[in-house]
Amino acid sequence: MTDNHSILAEVDPDVAERMLSRRGAFRDAATKLGVLATAPMVVAAASTAAFGQGAKLPRKIVDVLNFALTLEYLEDEFYRTALASSGLIPSETRQTFETIGKHEAAHVELLKGALGSHAAKKPTFDFTAKGAFGDVFSNYKTFLALSQAFEDTGVRAYKGQAGNLMGSDEILTIALQIHSVEARHAAEVRLIRGQPAWIVSNSRGDMPAATQPIYDGEADFTQGGADIKDLGGLPVDALSGAFDEPLSKGKVLAIAKMFIKA
Amino acid sequence: MNPSRLPAIPDKAGGDLTAGRRGFLKWSSAALVGALAFGGKLPGLSLDQAFAQSPGGAAMAKAVDLGEGDVGILNYAYALEQLEAAFYSQVIKTPYANMASADRDILTGIRDHEIAHREFFKAALKKNAIPGLDVDFSKVDFNDRSSVLTTAMTFEDLGVAAYNGAGQMLEKGEYLLLAGKIVSVEARHAAAIGYLMRTGTGASNATTGSGSNNASVVNEKGLDQALMPSDVLSKAGPFVKTPITADDIG
Repeated sequence: MTDNHSILAEVDPDVAERMLSRRGAFRDAATKLGVLATAPMVVAAASTAAFGQGAKLPRKIVDVLNFALTLEYLEDEFYRTALASSGLIPSETRQTFETIGKHEAAHVELLKGALGSHAAKKPTFDFTAKGAFGDVFSNYKTFLALSQAFEDTGVRAYKGQAGNLMGSDEILTIALQIHSVEARHAAEVRLIRGQPAWIVSNSRGDMPAATQPIYDGEADFTQGGADIKDLGGLPVDALSGAFDEPLSKGKVLAIAKMFIKA
Repeated sequence: MNPSRLPAIPDKAGGDLTAGRRGFLKWSSAALVGALAFGGKLPGLSLDQAFAQSPGGAAMAKAVDLGEGDVGILNYAYALEQLEAAFYSQVIKTPYANMASADRDILTGIRDHEIAHREFFKAALKKNAIPGLDVDFSKVDFNDRSSVLTTAMTFEDLGVAAYNGAGQMLEKGEYLLLAGKIVSVEARHAAAIGYLMRTGTGASNATTGSGSNNASVVNEKGLDQALMPSDVLSKAGPFVKTPITADDIG
């Protein structure tokens, strides 16, 4: 990535300092890091501080984080298993899936750390979904399809929970930071599969019929209470694709449960 | 714009002003949104102008007031979407040589999404919407694929970081959800641009890239960036031409 440096470039300490006065957590983090801390560093440190307080988390937050943790457990084990299945992932995309796998493992650790003793236990997974995807770890195409399914689901799942994290600023920000990473993964896998990077209407494309619930409700033309069908004279697929839609916890769990042993 | 709508520069800004010109230069010409980070009602762009033109302060005709609270954040997003939409519109209008269909499909799709975002914010903000911004793409070589894609990646990563950082500032859950609906699309764009960069000059072969940079701005904790408006604006600044630039003081 060519712009890593410019994105992470240091800001004027004066600016960072003034920025920090806004939130206590940021202020505390700034104190620890010193006045030369860059703004991105400070945000990261504040996030870390907020994520070491599992015992103090309200029940509502614990529920959201455990919901997220369940999905991250699923993704983490999925990629772990796939990467350990010899001959499954070709060399050309191996690095991509190693990176994705590392992210999912990091998400598990982050959420477990945040939840502390409240962390849900890892379920026992069945990635074949009782045989429906029996060759998931021997057929690259099946693996890719499930990868897309999990990533697109993850994006909708986090989006659907953002509102429940309002008021817990640092945790909300962390959740948003995971949410967009899942979206990056989803797009990457979709492109590898020869699909558009984004969801078109509510179409599952070439995905198996069992994955349709992941895409139901994605063709939403009411945004912010307004009908956007005529917006900018754009094609409806562009309007639909411009907005990813949330999915309720119940619907996400119904999808996830296909892959969780009772 | 009616000058009477422009709020007075608060004391806090006065303090900033006395910090000297160096600080101002760091804010760049796109400082309009930076004021948001401090929760004040600083009139954004007019900061530069106020600096240049106070004590007289008569000619503030084109100063932009983002507004406060959620309106200010939505205008912040609107500003970024304006920038992105203008960029991709130019990319498609003057395509680089031998633009492959894979490139064109993705870049056209992104253009349409960014226009949708821009028009959505404009419609949603109604009379509170900031005016159309003048952009400056003079540093982008639209004939060069690498220049275009590198700039695109900058904008997409910046957009993701901006929405991620602004989420906690929003007061209304409805707006947070909207930001969430948009930010994941921006993240998909970022991944798509990265994909194009790795797959050579538009080859449809997905396997030619060896990089793992599907998300190279993602840190070791698996987290995307979350940046405050002031930081985002310092990155966006070189691409935004404000009505009153900082040239006079730079």
